[in-house]
Amino acid sequence: MAAHHFAPPRLSLRFYPIWRRHLLVWKKVATSSVIGHIADPMIYLLGLGYGLGSLLPQMGGTSYMVFLAAGTVCYSTMNSASFEALYSGFARMHEQRTWEAILNTPITLDDVVLSEILWAASKSLLSGAAVVGVVWALGLSHSPLSLGLVPLAFLVGLCFAALGLITTALAPSYDFFMYYFTLVITPMMLLCGVFFPVAQLPETLQAFAQLLPLTHAVNIARPLMNGVLPTQLWLHVAVLLGYTLFGFYVSLVLFRRRLSQ
Amino acid sequence: MSDAVLSAHGLRKFYGAQAVVDGVDLAIGRGECFGLLGPNGAGKTTTLRLLLGLIEPDAGEVRLLGLPVPQAARAARIRVGVVPQMDNLDPDFTVEENLLVYGRYFGMAEHDIRARIPALLDFASLAHKKDAKVPTLSGGMKRRLTLARALVNDPDVIFLDEPTTGLDPQARHLIWQRLRELTQQGKTLLLTTHFMDEAERLCHRLAVMDRGRIISEGSPHEMIAHNIEPQVVEVFGEEVAAWAQRHAAHYASRFEVSGETAFCYVVDAQPLLQHLQQQQGLRYLHRPANLEDVFLKLTGREMRED
Repeated sequence: MAAHHFAPPRLSLRFYPIWRRHLLVWKKVATSSVIGHIADPMIYLLGLGYGLGSLLPQMGGTSYMVFLAAGTVCYSTMNSASFEALYSGFARMHEQRTWEAILNTPITLDDVVLSEILWAASKSLLSGAAVVGVVWALGLSHSPLSLGLVPLAFLVGLCFAALGLITTALAPSYDFFMYYFTLVITPMMLLCGVFFPVAQLPETLQAFAQLLPLTHAVNIARPLMNGVLPTQLWLHVAVLLGYTLFGFYVSLVLFRRRLSQ
Repeated sequence: MSDAVLSAHGLRKFYGAQAVVDGVDLAIGRGECFGLLGPNGAGKTTTLRLLLGLIEPDAGEVRLLGLPVPQAARAARIRVGVVPQMDNLDPDFTVEENLLVYGRYFGMAEHDIRARIPALLDFASLAHKKDAKVPTLSGGMKRRLTLARALVNDPDVIFLDEPTTGLDPQARHLIWQRLRELTQQGKTLLLTTHFMDEAERLCHRLAVMDRGRIISEGSPHEMIAHNIEPQVVEVFGEEVAAWAQRHAAHYASRFEVSGETAFCYVVDAQPLLQHLQQQQGLRYLHRPANLEDVFLKLTGREMRED
């Protein structure tokens, strides 16, 4: 790996035409995509919410449905951003050679990677807004603070897109992504308080959960859904931003190395 | 060349311990069509990537349109078009959308791109396909669209990496015609190719690359005149190896046997032709020397790994 691979990211507004490209592709498949964005969280929310909710009338001081709704916003945005960064990102980098075409213009790899992260986060924003919309439609929350879940969805999208791109940069093929989902995404889904409070876990696992970004997303989402300002809000935001910057920088270094060969 | 649009001095690039580009010097003038020839793995594509500033050289200097590369590659690429070796059109988009989206990458205003699209579609003979999706296009149409896309920013210099590989003769001739039109408009073209007829037809000047170095350079005519005898007689037949061993050196200043063919390079073909007319079981073909003969002389006949 050469020294120039480690240079700090040089950002410019040239990411914007790439973001518009992704939007134009997305518009062509918008109907099925929006159905997916809404259906996936709904199945979790309604299935688990009504099923488990009838056995567990209360969790964390609210109905299980409301408890789960906050977790589901975080979980579904994590998923949507990860899929975008891994599968769609890999298709654009490797299979369709879209990046190669873009890099022959005045756009640099730094702009391309930034646009990938911002695009995945934009889709997460939509996914988060869809869940919040359903939460309101079902009358699970009416607090204006619950609207804070929409920008949170964007932040979670940034974070998991950036982290996912590290795997994309290392992947020889699509099969490689199974490892990431099995070893990173599934544990986060189960350890970070999406379906039950982290406090239910043994202490070592609790400590481990505090290191994971999704825990901090859930720690913001749950109070907002209940109409309360989260404690240590800025700490949680800082952790999510920290992971975002880490993922952006590490994936950029790895992409620079990969595409210079 | 002091007025060079594109120049390189002492360009080197290593992958591990292997020098893929090993001291390349180039100077290409405005309006010139310059061909880079070489077997697979000679370093042609890596050289193009270095000249575009897509990868960092380990040594050497590049100037593209007066700007140092890779330092100012971004600014230089605003006035450059690229036709890559493998198609990377956007499969989700129509022909027209491909041009529109690509123009935006250059920071062009929407109405400027839209104003250019009809002329680009005409140039690519794709006006009737403007709403067709890329996967429905033939190989030749995709290549033409890629060429039109490379022109969206009205570039001064166009890089073409094997622009006609995989095309049928009709499609290839149409591309050649378009490339000639571009040189007539004063565009500077740098192309790599495996096809010697393509290089001979299109290029004002050529460089043959092998193992990362430029081993010969000049106009197609000069390359032939300087490197090789003017006439070639190809002799075919089962007995050709035995015949060549006994007679070829007597009639030809140089000869090579490859399979069941002997290639005899001669200044005056008449004595050899008279001799061959009396040989039973041998057929022959007499032709002027061409660029392919030069290429094979310079780079050898053995197969190369990709």
